[in-house]
Amino acid sequence: MSNKINPIVVAPEELHDKLAALKAEGYDFLECLTGCDWGEEGLGVVYSLTKSSTTFEMTHVKCVAADKENPTLPTVCDLWDIANIYEREVYDFYGIIFLGHPDMRRLFLREDWVGFPMRKNDCPEEKNAEIPTTNEDISDTRHKYTLNAEGQLVCEDSPVFAEDAYVVNIGPQHPSTHGVLHLRTAIEGERVKQIDPHLGYIHRGIEKLSENMTYPQTLALTDRMDYLGAMQTRHALCMCIEQAMGIEVSPRVQVIRTIMDELQRIDSHILFFSCLCQDLGATTAFLYGFRDREEVLKIFEKTTGGRLIINYNMIGGVAHDLHPDFVKDVKHFINETMPRGLKEYHSIFTGNVIFRNRAIGVGPLSKEQVISYGCTGGTGRAAGWHCDLRKHRPYAAYDQVKFNEITFESGDSMDRYMVRLKEIEESCEIIRQLIDNIPEGPIQEKLKPIVKVPEGCYYSAVEGSRGILGVYLESKGDKSPYRLHYRSTGLPLVAALDEACRDYMIADLITIGGTMDYIIPDIDR
Amino acid sequence: MAVRKSAPVINNIPYEEFNDNETLEKLIDELNAGGVNAAVAPLDKLIDWGRSNSLWPLTFATSCCGIEFMAVAAARYDMARFGFEITRNSPRQGDVLLVNGTITSKMAPVVKRLYDQMCDPKYVVAVGGCAISGGPFTKSYHVVKGVDKILPVDVYCPGCPPRPESFLYAMMQLQRKVRVENFFGTTNRKQKDPYKETIGFGSAEYAELLNQQEQA
Repeated sequence: MSNKINPIVVAPEELHDKLAALKAEGYDFLECLTGCDWGEEGLGVVYSLTKSSTTFEMTHVKCVAADKENPTLPTVCDLWDIANIYEREVYDFYGIIFLGHPDMRRLFLREDWVGFPMRKNDCPEEKNAEIPTTNEDISDTRHKYTLNAEGQLVCEDSPVFAEDAYVVNIGPQHPSTHGVLHLRTAIEGERVKQIDPHLGYIHRGIEKLSENMTYPQTLALTDRMDYLGAMQTRHALCMCIEQAMGIEVSPRVQVIRTIMDELQRIDSHILFFSCLCQDLGATTAFLYGFRDREEVLKIFEKTTGGRLIINYNMIGGVAHDLHPDFVKDVKHFINETMPRGLKEYHSIFTGNVIFRNRAIGVGPLSKEQVISYGCTGGTGRAAGWHCDLRKHRPYAAYDQVKFNEITFESGDSMDRYMVRLKEIEESCEIIRQLIDNIPEGPIQEKLKPIVKVPEGCYYSAVEGSRGILGVYLESKGDKSPYRLHYRSTGLPLVAALDEACRDYMIADLITIGGTMDYIIPDIDR
Repeated sequence: MAVRKSAPVINNIPYEEFNDNETLEKLIDELNAGGVNAAVAPLDKLIDWGRSNSLWPLTFATSCCGIEFMAVAAARYDMARFGFEITRNSPRQGDVLLVNGTITSKMAPVVKRLYDQMCDPKYVVAVGGCAISGGPFTKSYHVVKGVDKILPVDVYCPGCPPRPESFLYAMMQLQRKVRVENFFGTTNRKQKDPYKETIGFGSAEYAELLNQQEQA
């Protein structure tokens, strides 16, 4: 199965109409939006669209801006809500101005940052100090660029918040934002009126770093992106490179990867439960969750040597064979530890009257909203969107197992919470079907000493712990990628926060943010 | 009359089993250079004992190491055994800043500010490769190559992320450092106020500097 993509090339003038037509055809989910610097060809964007109904077919559209120095493209903000934040990301990295975009500010880097770091000819280190000497001034002005009759850029400014808005800064150092997320929150009394997420406090430039690394080296950075989906992120990149090179991994590796992915998902969901409880003031439940999570980490550690950063998947296989105790430990975990744990979680927290009052009906997102915002994973399924890639675009050994796709209807905080607890059960079920018949075979395919991916564009995606995790890879046939882009699972969730929290109490922001389950280093990359 | 302070003992672990005792001995020598008053030295010991057993960390986590820090705080590793259990969310109440994770260029002024907001005596532990040197992201355009470029670091705890045992060991090393400090009769830090001479005590600039510090 090849994952090579051949994007349809569209001229900038026709871009909006083409995408609108595709959306009308059923490609109504903007899965990924990748900026790229093609050197001589110019700067541009690849739009990856997906049919949000059961087939999950994909199509890719490529558009190159005409001007190389001051590139402009039309915005697609009006078609998809998520395009707003994706286009800001591309502007931040490549300096492509999207005409008609209401809010063309930088997304990750400081506002006084000079240059656009992902451009191939940009030297960000020379123009910017490693340690800035001043605090960052966050401006309150939005910029909207349009072309006038003579074809010149015109900037139209508008304020981010209303004149009389009362703005509270939540973060970047706040225990309930799960990392260094900065939410500028306009409130009226206790009600949230608007949220302006300010990102980039943990932006490490992983995508740019990868462009100067060999393929095996790029793997190391994936674990550090979404560290609660370390196995899955690395699986996605390995799978993308393998399919691009035409390597078939053995069935043993496929099954091992599937089991490891599911263990990772359980790990992540337990941590979700623990942190949510902690944020809402239930410290005991936090300790219960972490007690069970240690069991997963023990299993990981025996086989791989790592607890959190695991470095297990490799191109063409896995790093080590399974530990002799693996099957026994996993069986004990899924048959004894987890059922007991789940029972305790439900009795201590799910039925709790305070929690139910704080979660039921709080921060709902409708199915249309989650598709438009691209909120996949538990958040999407809580709103009734069947978006589980394990079912709809099966990979690894997921086509051999039977499991239910958990979905709910209302998409409120309670549903988002329940989806994850139920998914732990389903993950146990998947492991149960595979653990007894792990096929024999090699754990590592023979590769050439230097891994080179044939020229072309490739896209692969897996179902990560909190949504669709895509990898866009562009190769020029070299030993390092020309462009490597990750579809972050968390970025759409943060983008949707504004919608979900509006008119709820500021205390509900913690519940809603907690149940969305985002990981900041995965958003910022 | 002056006495020399002895080497600290932590939780019945023999002194020799700790690594890098030389640095600690050098510190003891420095602190005792002027001699310690024999009458108040035992009081020092009492205060240090109390402080070293109630070091409250500020919950400050930027990435992966933060999750391991949570594991240290949870049931299995239980850092409460050492007196670190109360993690504070406000820098005003924290004693030790555990820098868990990568510090980016954008984050650097924020970390500096957090450190400034903490009350003296305060300590910094650089946890993980990223906080020590930039770790796997050394070549990045947006990463500070070591938090010691912006803050004075007391203990380095290597790992990516460090194992919980490693965390506890780093915290115990910090405890040993706290236990040799002096409170009465002599000062811990020999360094004089650098601005007193260069700017001039009592001048308008000096007053402004003080004002700035207070506002931070």
